[in-house]
Amino acid sequence: MDTAPGETPLLQMEGISKRYGGVRALEDADLVVHAGRIHAILGENGAGKSTLIKVMSGVVAPDQGRIVLDGREVTFDSPAAANRAGVVCIFQELSLIPELSVADNIVISDPPKKFGMIDRKAQRRIAVEALARAGASDIHPSALVKDLPLSRRQMVEIAKALARKPRILILDEATSALTAADVSKVFEVLKRLREEGLALLYISHRMHEIAELADDCTVFRNGRKIATYKAGTKSDTEVIELMIGREYQNVFPPKSTTSSSAKPILECRGLSWTDRLTDINFAVRPGEVIGLGGLDGQGQRELLLALFGVLRGCSGEVVIDGKPVRLGSPAQASSGEIGMALIPEDRKTEGLMLPMSVRENLAFAAMDKVSKHGIIDRVAEDRLLDEMVKLLAIKTAGLDIPVGALSGGNQQKVVIAKWLMRHPRIILLNDPTRGIDVGTKQEIYQLLRRLADAGAAIVFYSTDYDELIGCCDRVLVLYDGAIKRELAGDEITEHALIASALNIDVAQAEKMARAHP
Amino acid sequence: MSEWRFWFAAQKGTLLAFGIFVAMFILYTSNHPAGFTANVVQTASNKGVLLAFVAMAQTLVVITAGIDLSVGMIFLLTNCLASWLVVGGPVETTLGVIAVLFVGVLCGALNGAIVIYGRLQPIVATIATGAVYFGIALLLRPFPGGSVNEDLADALTGRIFGVVPASLVTLLATVLIIWVPFSRSVYGRAAYAAGSSEVAAYMSGVPIKRGKFLAYTLAGLLASIGGLFLTFFTYTGEAAYASGNAYTLFSIAAVVLGGVSLFGGRGSVIGAIFGAFAFRTIGDLLFVFDLDPLWQPLFQGVVLLLAVSLGAFALFRVKNRLEWFG
Repeated sequence: MDTAPGETPLLQMEGISKRYGGVRALEDADLVVHAGRIHAILGENGAGKSTLIKVMSGVVAPDQGRIVLDGREVTFDSPAAANRAGVVCIFQELSLIPELSVADNIVISDPPKKFGMIDRKAQRRIAVEALARAGASDIHPSALVKDLPLSRRQMVEIAKALARKPRILILDEATSALTAADVSKVFEVLKRLREEGLALLYISHRMHEIAELADDCTVFRNGRKIATYKAGTKSDTEVIELMIGREYQNVFPPKSTTSSSAKPILECRGLSWTDRLTDINFAVRPGEVIGLGGLDGQGQRELLLALFGVLRGCSGEVVIDGKPVRLGSPAQASSGEIGMALIPEDRKTEGLMLPMSVRENLAFAAMDKVSKHGIIDRVAEDRLLDEMVKLLAIKTAGLDIPVGALSGGNQQKVVIAKWLMRHPRIILLNDPTRGIDVGTKQEIYQLLRRLADAGAAIVFYSTDYDELIGCCDRVLVLYDGAIKRELAGDEITEHALIASALNIDVAQAEKMARAHP
Repeated sequence: MSEWRFWFAAQKGTLLAFGIFVAMFILYTSNHPAGFTANVVQTASNKGVLLAFVAMAQTLVVITAGIDLSVGMIFLLTNCLASWLVVGGPVETTLGVIAVLFVGVLCGALNGAIVIYGRLQPIVATIATGAVYFGIALLLRPFPGGSVNEDLADALTGRIFGVVPASLVTLLATVLIIWVPFSRSVYGRAAYAAGSSEVAAYMSGVPIKRGKFLAYTLAGLLASIGGLFLTFFTYTGEAAYASGNAYTLFSIAAVVLGGVSLFGGRGSVIGAIFGAFAFRTIGDLLFVFDLDPLWQPLFQGVVLLLAVSLGAFALFRVKNRLEWFG
C-alpha cells in the first residue's frame, strides 16, 4: 500500500489563518497529507501546531482558508463532524470522561445499539478489540477512567480513536505521558496503521521518535508553515535551525554583572512529590533570577506549587534563610515571615476575580496594610493603589472598573501588582507572559530585573526560550520531574535549552551550539 | 472475579444507602408496637414512595451536574391538577392521568430548555420556574379540596395479594420503564458524560444537549408521578408552599444519601430511592421511640451530616490542595 506523495493528497489545508483576540495563532498556513504516510509536525511551543490540529479536527473554526478532503472542500463545525469524515484526533488534553468506564469511553461517540439501548455486550467486545489493537490489553474495560494512571489513560485515548475507524489519525503529543514500553507498542500500532493506508499526523517534541516514525515532516514557526521535507533529508541541527529561525529582539534589560555571594534565601533539598517531582535541589540568592526550562508539563508547575505550599505529601526540605520550614498553605508561604508570592499561570481562575474591580482585586492582598481594627482606611488604600497602578503603568480608566474589562497584558499587571503590594522577597512566576502583547512583556521583564536588583529572589517558569535566555541568570531544565541540567551565564543558549529539554545527549548539543553560535 | 470489584466500586454509594436504610428499617420495625407486619410495611412504603419519586427526579438532573429546585413545585402542581382531572369513569380517569403526566413532562422540558438552550444556571432557572409552577398550583387550588377516583387511589395505595404494597410495585415499574432504558440509552450516557466532564464529552462528539434535555424532561415526568401518588393518598389537592419546598430540599438530601455526586456524573436512581426511604425512616424512628416530633428536623439533619461525612473521607487523600476546590 505504498502511496507516493505524487498522488492526490487525502487532505489539504490552504491559507488557514486564526487569531485569538490580538494573538496570531496561525497565519496563512498550509499542509498536505497523504494516505499511507506518517507526517510529523514540528515547532516550538506556540508555533501554531495545536491550533492547526484544532482547525483540522473541527474544534475551532478558522478565520480564513479552506480544507479539502478527497478533492472536495469541507467544513467541520464540530469534532463530531470531523469524526464522521474520518478525521480523528488524540488530543494533548485528554478527552476522556473520568466517571465513565474504559469501555463506555471507547465507544462514546457511537455506541453499539440494540432495541434503542446501548448493547453492553457489543460495547465490551469493541472495547476489548480496540484495546488489543492499541496494544493495551492489560487495561480492564470495566475500570473507571479516573482510577487509571495517566499513561494508561493515554492508551485508552488511543484505543478510543482506533474504535472510530479513522482515515486520518492525529496524535498531538500522544506519547508525552507514556512509559518507554508503551511508546514502542504504540509505534508498532502506528506503523501497522500506515500499512493499512491511514494518514497519520504526528506531533511530538521528541526528535528521536520523529526520526524513527515519520515519512514527511513539516516545520511551523510563529503560526506559519516554514518548510515541508522528506524525513531523513535534514540533520537535527538543520531542523532546530528551522524551528528557531528568528533573530533575537533586544527587549531584555541587562543582567546583573556581579555574581551574588549573599546567602541563599530559598533552598530546595531533595524535594519530591508523587511521581511528578524527583529529587529537586537548587538554591536562589537575593538578586538572582532563576529560570525553569524544559518542555511544557515536565513538573515545572508542580515545583512552583510545592514551594508555595499547595501540594501535600512532599518529601525533602525547603529551606528559607537557612532554616528548614514546612509550607502547609499559600497563606503561610505568603506570610510576612517567609514572604513568598506566586504569580499563577491562569490569571482568569487563579489570579484574579474578573467581575470585581481593580480596587477590590488589589486590596485583598494588602488588606492588613490599609486597615486598622478591621476597618479599611479608604484614603490610605487609594494612595497605595495609585502608587501601584503608576509603578506598573496599568492602563485602566479607574480603580473601580472590573478587571475583566482590561486587556490581557494589563490584567497580568494587576496580578503582579497584587502580589507586589505585600513586598515579597521570593517571587515565583508561572509562565507570566503567555498570551500577552510584546510591549507588556517588555515591561514585565524590566520589572523583574528591578525587583531582583532590589534584593528579591525570582524563580521564573517560561515556555518561551527567548525569555529564559534574556531574563535569567541561571536556568534549570526539567525533564520528567527532575532537573536534567543547570545552565548558567553564556551557557544559556537556545540550542542548549532545546537540546536539554529534549533530553538529547549534552555533548552532541554542545557540538551543535559550537557549529551554530 | 475482578469484574465484581468494578461492579462493587460503581455501586458503593447505592449499597451504602441500602445498608443505611436496612439498618434503620430493622431498628424501626423491631421497636414498632405492631412489629414487622404487612400493614406497617405498607404505611412506610406509601410515605416513602412520595419522596422516592421526587428524589428520582432530582437524581436525573443532578447526574448532569445540575440541580432542580422546582421538583417539589411540579409535585404540588400535578397534585392540584390531579384533584381536578383524575375523577369519573375509567376512561375519564385514564385521560386525567395522562394529562397530569403530560403536564409534568412539559414542566421538566421547560426547565431543560431554559437551562440548556437559554444557558441559565440550573439553580436560578429552576427557582424561577418553581415559583411559576407553584403560582399555577395556587390558581388551581386556592383552598385545599377536590377529589380523586377512589377505586384507583385505593388500588395503588393498597396491597397486592394482601402482602406487597402496590405503591412499591409502581415504584419498581417506574424504575424499569423509565430509569433502566434511560440509563442504558445513548442519551443517558450523554447525561452522565456531560455531568462528569462536559468539555471532554463535547470533544468526543457526545449529544450533550439532547441528553441533558431528556434528563430534565424525565425529571418532570417522575415528579408528576409523585404528584399523582400524593393525590391518591390524600384524596385532595393542596398548594402547600412549605410542603413543596420541603420535598425539594429532602430530595437533595435523599440524593446525597443515595450516593449521587452533586458534582455530577456519578450515582443512580436506585441509590436515591434507598436514600429517600432511609431519610423517611429516620423521621419515623422518633415515633417508635416516643420522642417529641419536634426533634425530627434536628435528628434528620444530624444523620444527613454523618452520611455525607462518610463521602468526604476521600478528601484526606488529596495530594494537590487545589483539587479540594474541584
